[in-house]
Amino acid sequence: MDSAEGISGATPSEEMNGAGNLMDFLDEPFPDVGTYEDFHTIDWLREKSRDTDRHRKITSKSKESIWELIKSLLDAWSGWVVMLLIGLLSGTLAGVIDLAVDWMTDLKEGVCLSAFWYSHEQCCWTSNETTFDDRDKCPQWQKWAELMTGHSEGAGPYLLNYFLYILWALLFSFLAVSLVRVFAPYACGSGIPEIKTILSGFIIRGYLGKWTLLIKTVTLVLAVSSGLSLGKEGPLVHVACCCGNLFCSLFSKYSKNEGKRREVLSAAAAAGVSVAFGAPIGGVLFSLEEVSYYFPLKTLWRSFFAALVAAFTLRSINPFGNSRLVLFYVEYHTPWYMAELVPFILLGVFGGLWGRLFIRANIAWCRRRKTTLLGKYPVLEVIAVTGITAVLAFPNPYTRRSTSELISELFNDCGALESSQLCDYINNPNMSRPVDDIPDRPAGPGVYTALWQLALALVFKILITIFTFGMKIPSGLFIPSMAVGAIAGRIVGIAVEQMAYHHHDWIIFKSWCRPGADCVTPGLYAMVGAAACLGGVTRMTVSLVVIMFELTGGLEYIVPLMAAAVTSKWVADAFGKEGIYESHIQLNGYPYLDVRDEFTHRTLATDVMRPRRNDPPLAVLTQDTTTVEDVETLIKDTDYNGFPVVVSRESERLIGFVQRRDLTLAIKNARQKQDGVVSSSVVYFTEDAPQMQASNPQPLKLRRILNLSPFTVTDHTPMETVVDIFRKLGLRQCLVTRSGRLLGIITKKDVLRHMAQMMNQDPESIMFN
Amino acid sequence: MKTLFVLEAIFLACFVLLSQVTAKNSEDIRCKCICPPYRDIEGQIYKQNVSLKDCNCLHVVEPMPVDGKDVEAYCLRCECKYEERSSGTIKFTIIMYLSILGLLLFYMVYLTLLEPMLKRRLFGHSQLIQSEDEVGDQQPFANAHNVLSRSHSRPNVLNKVEHAQQRWRRQVQEQRKSVFDRHVVLS
Repeated sequence: MDSAEGISGATPSEEMNGAGNLMDFLDEPFPDVGTYEDFHTIDWLREKSRDTDRHRKITSKSKESIWELIKSLLDAWSGWVVMLLIGLLSGTLAGVIDLAVDWMTDLKEGVCLSAFWYSHEQCCWTSNETTFDDRDKCPQWQKWAELMTGHSEGAGPYLLNYFLYILWALLFSFLAVSLVRVFAPYACGSGIPEIKTILSGFIIRGYLGKWTLLIKTVTLVLAVSSGLSLGKEGPLVHVACCCGNLFCSLFSKYSKNEGKRREVLSAAAAAGVSVAFGAPIGGVLFSLEEVSYYFPLKTLWRSFFAALVAAFTLRSINPFGNSRLVLFYVEYHTPWYMAELVPFILLGVFGGLWGRLFIRANIAWCRRRKTTLLGKYPVLEVIAVTGITAVLAFPNPYTRRSTSELISELFNDCGALESSQLCDYINNPNMSRPVDDIPDRPAGPGVYTALWQLALALVFKILITIFTFGMKIPSGLFIPSMAVGAIAGRIVGIAVEQMAYHHHDWIIFKSWCRPGADCVTPGLYAMVGAAACLGGVTRMTVSLVVIMFELTGGLEYIVPLMAAAVTSKWVADAFGKEGIYESHIQLNGYPYLDVRDEFTHRTLATDVMRPRRNDPPLAVLTQDTTTVEDVETLIKDTDYNGFPVVVSRESERLIGFVQRRDLTLAIKNARQKQDGVVSSSVVYFTEDAPQMQASNPQPLKLRRILNLSPFTVTDHTPMETVVDIFRKLGLRQCLVTRSGRLLGIITKKDVLRHMAQMMNQDPESIMFN
Repeated sequence: MKTLFVLEAIFLACFVLLSQVTAKNSEDIRCKCICPPYRDIEGQIYKQNVSLKDCNCLHVVEPMPVDGKDVEAYCLRCECKYEERSSGTIKFTIIMYLSILGLLLFYMVYLTLLEPMLKRRLFGHSQLIQSEDEVGDQQPFANAHNVLSRSHSRPNVLNKVEHAQQRWRRQVQEQRKSVFDRHVVLS
């Protein structure tokens, strides 16, 4: 911030000095030595050592006075303050999003006349005119056709409702994509692949900025309300990480150190999942398993704190009116039987197969969007997909409502009071059992109608999600996958239930299902199906099971959920190891070195290092014979990110490594500030200036920016070890020596390209360094 | 800007929490009992403003449609749920969201339609020549560089705001190029 002061002081005006501090934020921040360029990787080791230095300085100063001691305590507590603030803001934003989505989804169908800000359910809350048969209707909330024409039944009002539904959906999605395009293009997509890459050390400036936060929140509501087949969980993780980044800038401990910042972002991701699902523990495990790269144990406790605060904040806003955090909280505790593991495992197989199909189809479509004409018309694409979705979704009552409500209905067991078609069982009129122990009943005609409608909805959802995920609006994947699984699960569950009822004397049912007992719960099958599909797409394991049982509150269902999750992961992994997020990372060419990939080939460091045989020799700087002009020419002619420094061109013994950005800034600084530095000044990296005559121009000492401990391996080091070093230490480049003499350099990009080549993928797809 | 934003965010969070605590409408808490048809009595819905521990059939269903010995059988079939909501929070949230959305839409319309028109009228002919060089660049903020170079010597505060805005627009244009045009990030 000092350099920013310097610039504002340079503008000639006296009155600025008073207002200078206020207006500092408006100045372009002068980049310090030690910051990183956009789309580059950070140096984890440097960040760690900087943080240790800072901590040591504070600890040693804290012994001086009481004020310094208080400052050191505040520094230690700043982490917890940041977590608290992240939890509060994430919870608040999630509550706002939930309430707004609830209202806007209902806006497509009708409006509340007494108070326009109420959704359908809220509008009918206070009404006294609801009857038992029309539990959901009340005169205060009217559909659009009824409002405009006064009729509510018939072909005319139906068509008018249809037309207005499509119109509202198109309007919402058009607004969403326009806002994204004009204000914050980084707000589109899910966000999780990019956050995974950022947490592994990549820099994407502006991806977690304030405008991205604002636009993502606002357009997420619009995108979900427009009826598209997408969810809000992935974008909520992005929103929470933006909050994390926002609060990091309050404390210099986190704002100046990229490594510490990523600890905070890991915890913020946990808070994001926690408010999306109402699952704090599942959120922490998701952050640990899916999103984070380095997850020290200290972060575990802090993530849990952030997730709890976020969940508590959301609960106190109480968006769903019943003190629950998620729309589909179920409370039944009916037992399951061992013989039911067979359909559960079948659902797992279905989940795995669907996951594989979805990933392949979605990646193919996204690749087409990247390379062909389709990518030139993003707004038109969004509008077209919304139009198709709305046209196909309205006739089927199961796709017309929001996906969360669909999942909620599918998860719920049919009590005696359920009035939906799915629960149209033939009741025994003399039945006097209490409401949650209804025995298995034969299905009425309503159930069969519901079954084929659900089958159509399943096919529709499978197809449309492929085209929806990855469009230029915020889109998440969790809810559509759970919907697909829940529909499949419910269909299987009803089939098993009816088979058990009508054929209870078959050998597979005789041992555990007596007639007149409540054997089969189709709602449980829906849950298991949802878990299977979600696991098949994202390849989550433990976090998935924990999220599912936190969602449902049923600890007794852990075994079926685990069985389905494990089966779906095995089936999906048999075809390819990457989940949807890793596939998108590969598609975009981010430099992400996955910790799960195993490198088992027998190549050596010489096979991968640069320069290769036909390449020009390595661009090096010498310890004390290069001039400023030489350095500038070198920087201009090449685009390498750093240069090794050797003793001399003859001996080629390694001294250290210097980054391109630091070199550029230091020379620019020196030319401006120091007298006597001209193009023919010698640049030296040693402790003392080299011997020269007095007539030579003043030499420039750049030892400050030299890294004296670059990582080196010998040329015969196996690549297995080199990849391990890159992964575990988070290196960007590694020098290769032979007999103490510098031979070449291996960068992270070279490692990734080599791995891609070994796996027969396209090595040219790795784009970033 | 950062401290202002943070203060605003904290203020927002506190307000939302407070509003739903203080503005507790009496109609916002209730116990709702749904009773299905029983013999010749129709299905009915009963609502009453009682506390959580009184939320059961005996307290809420009034007047009881059956006599003494049938009450238990009738009540076993009823389902009672305790519900609460905060109407103040809902109203505040929706209205705030709509106002933010409205502001953003207005700003978007201003940036894409009105500002080029106003700038063309203010700077006239020379601007037109400049924009002809950038044929095909119909994006918003396309003339960010031009406006930057044309700034008159206004008081420094406004100048700085203008500079900051132009810098933001350049950033957004860079982002738009990498996401929408070159498809290098977020395919």
